[in-house]
Amino acid sequence: MQRETSQTTIPFWRDERVLKVLGQIAFVILVGLFFSVIFRNMMTGLAKQGITLSLGFLRGVSGFDIAETLFPYDRNSTYLQAYQIGLLNTLLVSVVGIFFATILGVVLGVARLSTNFIINRLAAFYLELIRNLSLLVFLIFWYLGVFLKLPKVKEAIIWTGNIFLSNRGVGIPWGIPTASFPTFRLILLFGFILALIVFFSLRAYSQRTGRAPLTLLWTLLTFLLVAAAGWILLPEKPLAIDLPRVQGLRLTGGKILTPEFMALTSGLTLYTAAFIGEVVRAGIQSVSKGQVEAARALGLNGFQTLRLVVFPQALRVIVPPLTSQYLNLIKNSSLAISVGYPDVFYVSNTIQNQTGRAVEMIGMVMLTYLAFSLITSLLMNWYNKKIKLVER
Amino acid sequence: MANLDTALPPLTERSTILRWLRKNLFGSWLDSLLTIVGLLIVYWALKGFLTWAFTAAEWRVVSANLRLLMIGQYPIEQVGRLWLWLAFLVFLTGTSFGIWARQSRFAVGVLMLPAVLALVFPFEGAARTWLLALTVIGVAGWLGGRTKPEVLKRSVIAGWVIALPIIILLTHGFSESTTGFWAVAKTNLWGGLLLTFLLTVVAILFSFPLGVLLALGRRSELPAVRWFSVLYIELVRGVPLITILFMAQLMLPLFLPEGMTIDRVLRAMVGITLFSAAYLAENVRGGLQAIPKGQYEAAQALGLSGAQTMIFIILPQALRLIIPILVGQFIAVFKDTALVAIVGLLDLVGIAKTVLAQPEFLGLQREVYVFISLIYWVLSYGMSYLSQRLEERLGVGKR
Repeated sequence: MQRETSQTTIPFWRDERVLKVLGQIAFVILVGLFFSVIFRNMMTGLAKQGITLSLGFLRGVSGFDIAETLFPYDRNSTYLQAYQIGLLNTLLVSVVGIFFATILGVVLGVARLSTNFIINRLAAFYLELIRNLSLLVFLIFWYLGVFLKLPKVKEAIIWTGNIFLSNRGVGIPWGIPTASFPTFRLILLFGFILALIVFFSLRAYSQRTGRAPLTLLWTLLTFLLVAAAGWILLPEKPLAIDLPRVQGLRLTGGKILTPEFMALTSGLTLYTAAFIGEVVRAGIQSVSKGQVEAARALGLNGFQTLRLVVFPQALRVIVPPLTSQYLNLIKNSSLAISVGYPDVFYVSNTIQNQTGRAVEMIGMVMLTYLAFSLITSLLMNWYNKKIKLVER
Repeated sequence: MANLDTALPPLTERSTILRWLRKNLFGSWLDSLLTIVGLLIVYWALKGFLTWAFTAAEWRVVSANLRLLMIGQYPIEQVGRLWLWLAFLVFLTGTSFGIWARQSRFAVGVLMLPAVLALVFPFEGAARTWLLALTVIGVAGWLGGRTKPEVLKRSVIAGWVIALPIIILLTHGFSESTTGFWAVAKTNLWGGLLLTFLLTVVAILFSFPLGVLLALGRRSELPAVRWFSVLYIELVRGVPLITILFMAQLMLPLFLPEGMTIDRVLRAMVGITLFSAAYLAENVRGGLQAIPKGQYEAAQALGLSGAQTMIFIILPQALRLIIPILVGQFIAVFKDTALVAIVGLLDLVGIAKTVLAQPEFLGLQREVYVFISLIYWVLSYGMSYLSQRLEERLGVGKR
């Protein structure tokens, strides 16, 4: 039998194994050819403009100002420093946006499932309204239509809690470190370590006994207790509260949040929250009713059912799409350019306009966003693996 | 033992308004509190918006610039060409509704839309006539489709196939002379909703096959093809659209051989298409993964080749599964086209800046952007509504 099959060899042009290899070689050659052609075109085009690809220009003096910086920067700094400032601004907006969007999103998702007719409809209306809008228009509306339309500084709206709303920015009270702040920082560190100890010992206790203590609550409480004790016991308050006030034509004191920052973060938050709301709703709905009924039959109360049965199962469904919403928010923060907030994309655009280094700057920005995406996915994948159903 | 046959029916709750209120709004004190807070929010938001919309807002900025917002600076002499292809599209839509959605009241509503628009919005005289004519044309197509579905089916399908070339050709024009009805309208004159529409349609139509190919590539047995697809998809999905648009605007001209230039609108179209293809590929891959292995094996047993299996067995099923996701992606493309405003094209969002730069309309940003948002909202919502209808008709998840 074996001899027979080896005798009837098929010609190589009909042998699937050979064809597969040949096909791939052809594919690689074609793709390589395509990229080498466009690369050569690009190099000749650039040579004509007298540009050679290099990143050396980043060490040059930038010569432009950036409106909002987290670290010292002026027009004598280098392009690279300008880029870093932009990078930090992107990070700031992303973190603030993700934080608030998650809270609002969870509230919306739960509200969408509420048995209360009004709350349910209200959440549904919000989700439908926001999800069908264009984010760019939404952001521009918040910038031009809301934050720049606030009254002038002299007629600023003052909310309780000393919040100033004006077209030059939103002023909020802010703490200024005093002489005792370094000590307070040490106390906070101590509190953090103590909280970690509580966290791990509670977890060990839970694994040993099978009970489920409120680990996160106790951990948080420990930290807050230590912080509060430090705050009360220190002779001088570690933070002096600085209130915003009107001085001439501008706001000073406290923390002034620019209209650009406010428009970008509120726009991103409100927009992404709608999508997160849908994710949360779908996650909670994915837990079958039988689970809740079984939990009640076991004698768990409403809160316990939520905490021990519904929530852990919903989380498994929620986390993957939530990750992509976070990634969307980070990527969408590049629309900062439409409201003039100096994020990494806006700054790189300025650099590119000044130096004419389009290829390098676009490459750098793309790599930066890829890195952001990669890090976020890795973090969320790690978390996802942790909460995954343990199967045999 | 009681006789089972004489068992009493289960207790039913008589529903009265009072009961409904108690159950849905005032179940507990917390519920009541939420209801009151909710009502206050509704009252406050409605009052604020309505007062603004009917007393403070100056809608003349929209009515005076309706033309700019719709078609940008497209030459007046040649506007008739746009109406021509619009009439063609409406006729096709009407006939298709007549053939495939005979009972749908929704379809009739859609066909009435142009007439409603003509009555609600302050269009110019000619535009109003055209809009009314569109409804007549659409209804005529609908009636035609209803009476002779079998005869018209093939020509309607052919009509849809050639629709995009016709639209592009009519919008662009083909006459050498600089004046006259058929003169070329340069792409830098395309603007407003017209440009948004063209960008969306082109991006959707071209990214779809590309996305399917990439999805197949990602599931291919050939490592070279698979790795290329994975690399492409993950690279594109990892960066914001705006960077791809900038790349298309600034680097695409560099990639071309010397002496060749590429139009700015075309560059944006290429950018959005390449971007959206990566997302579509992932959606299609999801659909492909949902097809059980038995389908492949059955196709193989019937003697179909690999390509035949894909085209006739797998893809039709996979694509039908993901219709809602696909429509969601198309809506995202539509909303994302707004980003071309940042690279300087005058689409619906870009033209707003031109409108607001006129001295007599300074400071009317709210009106303009609320109007633009309304357009985006209505069209996006309409698309998702249509997809739900389509889903019901195709019986997704019911077979």
